[in-house]
Amino acid sequence: MFLSQQRTNSAAADASGSEPSYLTAKRGLMSWLVTVDHKRIGLMYLVSVLFFFLVGGLFALAVRMELFSPAENYFSADTYNKLFTLHGAVMVFLVIIPSIPASLGNFFLPLMLGVKDVAFPKLNLLSFYIYVFGACFFLYTLVSGGLDTGWTFYTPYSSSSSETSVISSTFGAFVLGFSSILTGVNFIVTMHKMRAPGMTWTRMPLFLWSLYATSVIQVLATPVLAITLLLLIAERTLGIGIFDPAMGGDPVLYQHFFWFYSHPAVYIMILPGFGVISELITINSRKHIFGYKAVAISSVSIAVIGFLVWGHHMFVSGQSEFISVFFSFLTYAVGLPTAIKVFSWVATMYKGSITLTTPMWYALSFLFLFSIGGLTGLFLGALSVDVHLHDTYFVVAHFHYVMMGGTIIAFIGGIHHWWPKMTGKMYNSAMGNLGCFLTFVGFNVTFFSQFLMGSQGMPRRYYTYLEQYETLHVISTIGSQVLGLGLFVTLFCFIHSLMAGKKAGKNPWGGLSMEWETESPPIEHNFHGQPVCERGPYDYGK
Amino acid sequence: MNTNETQSDIWRWMPDQMSTFASNVDGLFYFILILCVIFFTLIVGAMVYFVVKFRRRTDQDETPLIKGNHTIEIIWSVIPGILLIAIFTWGFVDWMKLGTVPPNALDVRVEGYKWAWSFVYPEGIVSGELVVPVGKPVKLTMSSKDVLHSFYVAEFRIKRDVLPGRYTVQWFEATDTGEHWVQCTEYCGTSHSKMIAKVKVVSQEEYDEWISTGGGMGDDVPLADLGKMLYEQRGCVACHSLDGSKVVGPTFKGLYGVERKFTDGTSAVADDNYLKTAILAPNDTVVEGFSPVMPSFQGQLNDRQISALIEFIKSVSQ
Ligand code: HEC
Ligand SMILES: [Cu+2]
Ligand SMILES: [Cu+2]
Repeated sequence: MFLSQQRTNSAAADASGSEPSYLTAKRGLMSWLVTVDHKRIGLMYLVSVLFFFLVGGLFALAVRMELFSPAENYFSADTYNKLFTLHGAVMVFLVIIPSIPASLGNFFLPLMLGVKDVAFPKLNLLSFYIYVFGACFFLYTLVSGGLDTGWTFYTPYSSSSSETSVISSTFGAFVLGFSSILTGVNFIVTMHKMRAPGMTWTRMPLFLWSLYATSVIQVLATPVLAITLLLLIAERTLGIGIFDPAMGGDPVLYQHFFWFYSHPAVYIMILPGFGVISELITINSRKHIFGYKAVAISSVSIAVIGFLVWGHHMFVSGQSEFISVFFSFLTYAVGLPTAIKVFSWVATMYKGSITLTTPMWYALSFLFLFSIGGLTGLFLGALSVDVHLHDTYFVVAHFHYVMMGGTIIAFIGGIHHWWPKMTGKMYNSAMGNLGCFLTFVGFNVTFFSQFLMGSQGMPRRYYTYLEQYETLHVISTIGSQVLGLGLFVTLFCFIHSLMAGKKAGKNPWGGLSMEWETESPPIEHNFHGQPVCERGPYDYGK
Repeated sequence: MNTNETQSDIWRWMPDQMSTFASNVDGLFYFILILCVIFFTLIVGAMVYFVVKFRRRTDQDETPLIKGNHTIEIIWSVIPGILLIAIFTWGFVDWMKLGTVPPNALDVRVEGYKWAWSFVYPEGIVSGELVVPVGKPVKLTMSSKDVLHSFYVAEFRIKRDVLPGRYTVQWFEATDTGEHWVQCTEYCGTSHSKMIAKVKVVSQEEYDEWISTGGGMGDDVPLADLGKMLYEQRGCVACHSLDGSKVVGPTFKGLYGVERKFTDGTSAVADDNYLKTAILAPNDTVVEGFSPVMPSFQGQLNDRQISALIEFIKSVSQ
């Protein structure tokens, strides 16, 4: 059924398909390890990110199992503290930050621009190896005593008190930062310098706009994280006394440094997801995006204002009460462009021709979950309400709705969307839909209950808790198992497709952006000849 | 006490309102909640409606070219914009109240350490429970002996981080008598989740009585009972069990009178003198199999309290 939707496109209509695809053009392990092909690098990222998603996910399930009752169930307090820390650190640094940009972004940025590769292919490979190198430090952390500081590494606990492998893990995060910076530079240069003839800025798919905004943040914010982590390492090894009051330092300074990176990093994590959703909704509704400029500009303004709101993580930290007022105000200012995006996506569906493919189910699921994630941010930005909710499960639920319900759902939706292009195979859409459905249900059961327990006062990072929260914890744990099941069904769907999937055509969903003009899977140099961009990516309809 | 009612009631949002802030905070909370429900219903409602109404019928479906609509875009920017400013302002006004301590407030110093709270009253009483009179503002001046902690009482809607090397301040006024929990909300290591303490809101008379009897730890309390109170209130419980299990430190069960081995190879019998040194200078000798993480209680406990703890350890040893 998908194959029937092929559209003929002027630019590459003559393609014969006799050339081998990027998967078969070269063979052998070495051809992958030293490849400079952005598609192969994208795939290698994809596999690594999914591997760490599995690792981080298993940690999460273990955490939820322990919280099934307030008693000591399976793990000691120290082990529990390591589990939640590693869950957070792996998910943030190894999964969500690289997820969409490094895998789907790498694969599709040049294809969507209509060019052969990114601007610096060798640098791209280097980014991948830096990622692997950084990941090795995390793996080393796992086997050398773990880490129990929380992914935020707050001082002075991390600098002077924790007895776990703080140095290897912070060094790992430090190294990963460089991978992120180099990918960002590569993308920015590629978008400025290498667009196909006719590909003007306003003909760029919104996915690329979001990658552009993301790259800018990566390049500007990540160095601050690098400096912070180096200072932390220096504090721990040399006792230089910047963060630990026992040596004359200031622990709140650490939090300023940390969030100066980590708030913008929230947008590094979510903006690419926004980009994916813009693609999924337009294609599956066959509609022009509603308010292209507003959506594109809101990405950029989010990126800019996002640099000025870090203090909303610190309302009760002991920072100046007056500065908190500014941070609260700016937090609402950055909420507005996000709201506009959501409205525009819904409006895009108006009078469309909507088809419920698996990617579209993910897009709808995203709109549902991300709306809850975004709206619950309103509670946390309000100064007085945040005093009550800060560091409770309300916050945990909020950022899981944004990071998982937003970014990860968009990521999985994006993989479904571009899967035929990447692999040349279709998947069983019933199985894909089932995975999406179970994930959606499990996710809501797991995390909605956490909003309730959070507003009732359940603190985060607790190994045991007051009895009044037990019922909600039980519900949440059961939800997490359904969620895990949904993700395994999805994984199975992909594996099944690789082994037994039908062959995919060039353009199974009827897309207009340039990646659909080449073969599935694409040939090594992406296009036969230089394609010319003759229309915008959303010029559906009349 | 209302903890029993809250136990069964999971489908609720905010906990009981027990301080003068609570109703303001909850007012804003529920205002935002209503807005969220409205916006969420609009977004998801429109989405579902469009999916049903405009679903693809044939592969040749024609769709209109709609690139945007300025009127709508302005409406959906301005209305949420105004609401956002309203929320911000409301939160800000209550925030200022939270930051303005009334001059007649009762002064209590709060010390957080791994993993307990201690409360120091102007009269010199040191207690592991926060006892306060109802209807009177209480100012907490807080600091930490080690890492970051955070002082949170859900029923009062107050929370503030507790830092080493610096004082942070917050205040509240309880509106009704009852018991609540202080929970630590800044992650602080192994027993972070056990760093909880009781808050008792009592009538002014009971409060005065409590102060005049030295915080319920007056001379008329039998030693072993006093020891048990201190064990629970001063944080020993977070590291020392009574049932033989190993937590952060060794169990007190069967401790008295047995031979202890230390990391430096020496050993001693756990008699009264040994226990006294172990409490006042814990890191002079470190028991084998443990790390030197116990804080010193030098200057924190008076002689009678130390004897009480020793008596208590003796009583659980038999
Ligand atoms: C932060 C955790 C912690 C707290 C709080 C703590 N201790 Fe300890 N305690 C330890 C550790 C660890 C050891 C063993 C290492 C050592 O000897 O210093 C220990 C050792 C002891 C010993 C010697 C035990 C033996 O087996 O020989 C005694 C007695 C003791 N503590 C009493 C107390 C009392 C009384 C309190 C409360 C007023 C208290 N501790 C609070 C961690 C703690
Ligand atoms: Cu933030
Ligand atoms: Cu704590």
